[in-house]
Amino acid sequence: MNNRRIVALKVAAWLACLEPVFLLLYKYFTHDLTANPIEFITDTTGTATLVLLLVTLAITPVRKFTGLNWLIRFRRLTGLFAFFYVLLHFSTYLGLDIQFDWHQVSVDLTKRPFIIVGFIAFVLMIPLAVTSTAWAIRKMGGKKWNLLHKLIYVSAVFGIIHFWWKVKADHAEPATYGAILAVLLLARVVIWVRSRMKRPPAAKQPEPALAGD
Amino acid sequence: MLIKKSAGTPYSEITKKSDYLNRRSFLATAGIAGAGLAAAKLLPEMVSPPVAYAGTKLDYKKSDLSTHGEELTRLKDISTYNNFYEFGTDKGDPAAESTKFRTSPWTVSIEGHCNKPQKLDVADIIKLSSNGLEERVYRMRCVEGWSMVIPWIGIPLSAVIKAADPQPKAKYVAFETLYDPKQMPGQQRQVLEWPYVEGLRMDEAMNQLTILAVGMYGESLPNQDGAPIRLVVPWKYGFKGIKSIVKIKFVSGEPPTTWNRMASEEYGFYSNVNPNVDHPRWSQATERRIGEFSRRKTLMFNGYGDFVASMYSGMDLKKYY
Repeated sequence: MNNRRIVALKVAAWLACLEPVFLLLYKYFTHDLTANPIEFITDTTGTATLVLLLVTLAITPVRKFTGLNWLIRFRRLTGLFAFFYVLLHFSTYLGLDIQFDWHQVSVDLTKRPFIIVGFIAFVLMIPLAVTSTAWAIRKMGGKKWNLLHKLIYVSAVFGIIHFWWKVKADHAEPATYGAILAVLLLARVVIWVRSRMKRPPAAKQPEPALAGD
Repeated sequence: MLIKKSAGTPYSEITKKSDYLNRRSFLATAGIAGAGLAAAKLLPEMVSPPVAYAGTKLDYKKSDLSTHGEELTRLKDISTYNNFYEFGTDKGDPAAESTKFRTSPWTVSIEGHCNKPQKLDVADIIKLSSNGLEERVYRMRCVEGWSMVIPWIGIPLSAVIKAADPQPKAKYVAFETLYDPKQMPGQQRQVLEWPYVEGLRMDEAMNQLTILAVGMYGESLPNQDGAPIRLVVPWKYGFKGIKSIVKIKFVSGEPPTTWNRMASEEYGFYSNVNPNVDHPRWSQATERRIGEFSRRKTLMFNGYGDFVASMYSGMDLKKYY
């Protein structure tokens, strides 16, 4: 896997990650955003967030099981795009749906469980986006950085709960994302167990012979 | 004095001449590959589902009971943004999946505690109203928080009830939708219990606003809007307006209703539009009128309090949600 191919794949990845935006823009200009455009934009950006969170979480399991280590170079891209879409999703809710009705926002954030968990999922992604740079990894040190970035699991779980609690009756879609997340988490457990098994146990030192035995 | 010479670029880092000359073709290939990927994903999503209209022109009279001062929702929106889970749970599914739905021949069975039970087709039901078909412009408020203004064509439900001559023990009217999973693919999944059922208290059923609708905008109902005949109860949340009715039954006890069975703490039997009683998961204080940008305040009884509030005087509407 040489650099040229990586760059080509990155171009493809950027285009794939931007597809929802292209679609929304196209539908906006062709007046095809459905009868309820604000709902459609909210749903599209929310789905994009969840899909990209799951793609980001899939990268390490896939590279551990296939040996395609270069995949790691795409993780920041997908993670930051997930953040991009959650920003769009939250801005649509705040700016277009509620239209900065701060009273309504305070009610939503205190009385509506599905909005509360969604908001938490969003907020937890902020420190991850802010520390996504190589500079931040160096400053924090790999160990601390890895620990902080485990928050993506919490975001993904809360995001799926947010979706599940929003739906009226048809839970098929959030259930599917939940199942995928469960598989990815299971894969992580398998990887962790394998790494523990490969590490040889510390060799038992022979007891020093006691004088006089 | 030692002057440090700069290291110079190692030979290995110098771009091969062939790569340098090929950079443009490489970028083009990468661009085309990426664009191809994006297009393959995007193009199917750009094509909107066809809109199914029934299209038979109807003969009707305007009614004094129509709501005035409201802009009508576009037929395009009324017929492509639907909750009709029998055809799928996405808003665009009913329009896409109901194009081949057979609405004729169609029989409605009128039965239960009445002296004149009968099975009628839609034309005979319309004849039960001495006034013929009327146009009733009504607001429709969905429990989800959006609303429309729809020019329904139909007859008062009271005309049908009178023709059936209900007995004294008939305290409620129950309704049932067609059950036909082959024609209604959404019924192949138990996302709701099928067939869809609804009900009204007798005074609500006899109220002058309650109609059986067979059309909108001067033509017969699009399939996705509940063809060939559906209930419209404008002061209640839209899910009370049961679609594609095959049975009207007079019963003595409060009948089961599908959304109440689905989530009894969220959807009550009465489900009167009420900005003061929130859905457990979201507020009912405002609504998005389809076609408008900003939200509106939701009106008590969807603005029809003058016609219906007296039926609920003395009732705790927080308890009987």
